[in-house]
Amino acid sequence: MDKVLEVAKLSKVYGQGCPSCYELTGPQHNTNLCFRCGSIVAAHDVSFDLYKGEILGIMGESGSGKSTAVKCLYFDEPPTAGQATFFDDDKRYDLFALNAAQQRRLANHRFGMVYQNPHLGLNFDISAGGNIAERLLMSDMDNYARIRHQATRLLSRTEVLPERMDELPKTFSGGMQQRVQIAKALSTNPPLLFLDEVSTGLDLSVQAAILDLILEIQQEMGTAMIVVTHDLGVIRLLTGRTLVMKYGRVIESGLTDQILEDPQHAYTQRLVASAL
Amino acid sequence: MSEAPVLRVENFSKQFTLHEQGKRIPSSHNVSLSVYSGQLTALIGPTGAGKTTVLKGIYRTYLPGSGRILYRTQAGHEIDLAQADEHRMLALRRMEIGYVTQFLHALPRQATEDVVAQPLLHKGISKTDAQYQAREMLAAMNLPQRLWGISPSTFSGGEKQRVNLARGLVSRPRLLLLDEPTASLDQYTMERVIRLIEKLKTEGVAMLAIFHQKELVDRVANNVVTLEPPPAEEYALEETA
Amino acid sequence: MSAAHPFGFLDEHAKKEVRRSVLKAVAIPGYQVPYSSREMPMGRGFGTGGLQLTLSLLGKGETLKVIDQGSDDSVNAVSLRNFIEMTCEGIHTTTRTEAADLLQSRHRIPERPLREDQLIVLQVPYPDPLVIVEPSENKRKLMHGEADYSRLLVKLYEDIVKFDEITISHRYPTRINDHYVIDPSPIPRWDVPKLNHSKALILLGAGREKKIYAVPPYTKAEPLAFEDVPFRVEDFTNEAGHRRACQRCGCNSSFLDEFIDSSTGEKVFQCSDTDWCNTIMCGGASLSSDSDTNPDVKNKEVANG
Repeated sequence: MDKVLEVAKLSKVYGQGCPSCYELTGPQHNTNLCFRCGSIVAAHDVSFDLYKGEILGIMGESGSGKSTAVKCLYFDEPPTAGQATFFDDDKRYDLFALNAAQQRRLANHRFGMVYQNPHLGLNFDISAGGNIAERLLMSDMDNYARIRHQATRLLSRTEVLPERMDELPKTFSGGMQQRVQIAKALSTNPPLLFLDEVSTGLDLSVQAAILDLILEIQQEMGTAMIVVTHDLGVIRLLTGRTLVMKYGRVIESGLTDQILEDPQHAYTQRLVASAL
Repeated sequence: MSEAPVLRVENFSKQFTLHEQGKRIPSSHNVSLSVYSGQLTALIGPTGAGKTTVLKGIYRTYLPGSGRILYRTQAGHEIDLAQADEHRMLALRRMEIGYVTQFLHALPRQATEDVVAQPLLHKGISKTDAQYQAREMLAAMNLPQRLWGISPSTFSGGEKQRVNLARGLVSRPRLLLLDEPTASLDQYTMERVIRLIEKLKTEGVAMLAIFHQKELVDRVANNVVTLEPPPAEEYALEETA
Repeated sequence: MSAAHPFGFLDEHAKKEVRRSVLKAVAIPGYQVPYSSREMPMGRGFGTGGLQLTLSLLGKGETLKVIDQGSDDSVNAVSLRNFIEMTCEGIHTTTRTEAADLLQSRHRIPERPLREDQLIVLQVPYPDPLVIVEPSENKRKLMHGEADYSRLLVKLYEDIVKFDEITISHRYPTRINDHYVIDPSPIPRWDVPKLNHSKALILLGAGREKKIYAVPPYTKAEPLAFEDVPFRVEDFTNEAGHRRACQRCGCNSSFLDEFIDSSTGEKVFQCSDTDWCNTIMCGGASLSSDSDTNPDVKNKEVANG
């Protein structure tokens, strides 16, 4: 098995921070707000690894820091501390040591991101096909017919009618926008995909279809994925391993069926017990 | 037994800590057993003796408490599943260790033959081959062909159980954990399952099974391990988290 | 007025700053060099960027040509020329392309190929081609730095989707020296290939936006396009399939302006480049020796067409 990503002691503090920040926050204090300096410890000491073709879940409530970790890895936010190594074939990248240009290049070429809010992942002023074209153009594809063909193929794969590819995403339903986002994220065939609450806020049937699609894609392409969600159902359906986060800390991690059937931490037990 | 066992469980114990209720509930207590290639070890004992807990502990659906779970891999290494790294565990589940539960967990949107083919796909077998083997297995389980294309979520208990078994057996694991696989089967299907188990034995599969019917144990078990309920019922936690 | 101002209107420090920016622009082909852009005694948007370049670069005894859309006599060209003549004592002006040391132009590059010893200054209203896809200048700078022009290319993509071709008529985004994409000012597509490996230095100045950039001599200038949808210049083929010719000089290889003949109501085509048209009229590229300083006023209707 090939390792795709290794994250070590990732921390993210919003605010100026002080020496007591980490001591005064976390699940044992029931807060991520440092009362001494007013900083928010969004994530602290997050470590995990991810293997090729694996789906890792990061579960927690809002404010647990689950999205923060992914935002740092996708370079949407700089981390306060920690290390992350991305293994791409025979190359390895120390993610946070790269300069901004290298980071953007990696994010555009080798990572994919699907946000809960399609406005973050899609440009609403250009057509669905144009959105995919943009990512292909970033990867130096400069043949119109090939771009067109590729966009059509991706949109059909994600079950967006190709005859709608020249329409603006704002004319699409929420589920359809997510499909376009997924198609866009997959357009460069990335070995690593981040999914941040992708099905949240969608109708249940639409949610199910999106999750099925993600599973199928993972099986077809062997993409390693990190799925951030507060939804136990999503965790159960998609992931093989899970991290549970609370107040910026990973309080528990393990095989997903073990987390769901034999949770160790009081918080996880409560979470699992309260699931429908 | 001249051959080394595929699985050796030594002094396995497991108790559950329920933080919310402030309780510790013992389940399995000091279980030791061996499972050999081409043989079936039956786990018997009263309800509450922790039979399922042993199986889930081996499969790591439960985090083992104490003791060792020594598994000899295809490559000939002995590893303690109680300590094994998660990725190692996932790889073993994919390639070597199968688990048939009492209940079928399947997507309500997936056709039965796809449900059964899935473990093969995970193993890296091509889609057409996987489908072919899945159909063969469903036929062996005596599941009517008209049901193969629809989701098992609407099936009767017996039908679901057959799908579940088919899914567990199709990938021919080296070690197969069976948790009451014949609980809701009619006599005819049960006979077929027994025949299948015998066939798996000849293929060298090592099996650890929980059976409730004595008749079944007598017919297919090579070894029998009887579990006793743990000595203490439950006790309160010293400290609450 | 001339007595109250130094040669070239701008003080020496201002000129020096412009020249320094020019050096930087030449050193980094296509990069938009910011400069302070002084107040000029005319409104921004009237060619103050080009004017400051000309005033900083033109020396005594040198010859200047100023055109607006190919014509030497339209209002903008005349005003600028008058102003430069007024503030730069001892310079000459001409309407003949080949006689000029420095040409200042609004929206055209002359038809006659420029030489190594010539220099052309283009007046630029909007220097940044990325402004249509990215409102934040900070982000645009990053995009330029990383040569990330995918969003610009998406515009072209959407154009082809909607119209089956790239419809940009002027200000065609052009990649210089394999990195920076420039807005080459509102020159027609016709003139874009002239940027490529030009013998003359091409300087572009935006007064209001305070930017100077350059296409140095013999530098690659490549209009953005797709491999299978290449860049095309304007097509002057008529309904019968023939290349239209200038109704005045008969040239069928120049960029043509289209206008309606007021007496007949017919569509008429004429060279946009007045000097070129006149040269053809006089029997080709004859080099006349008179160095007149008065504009060659012959062709007013074209100037405003």
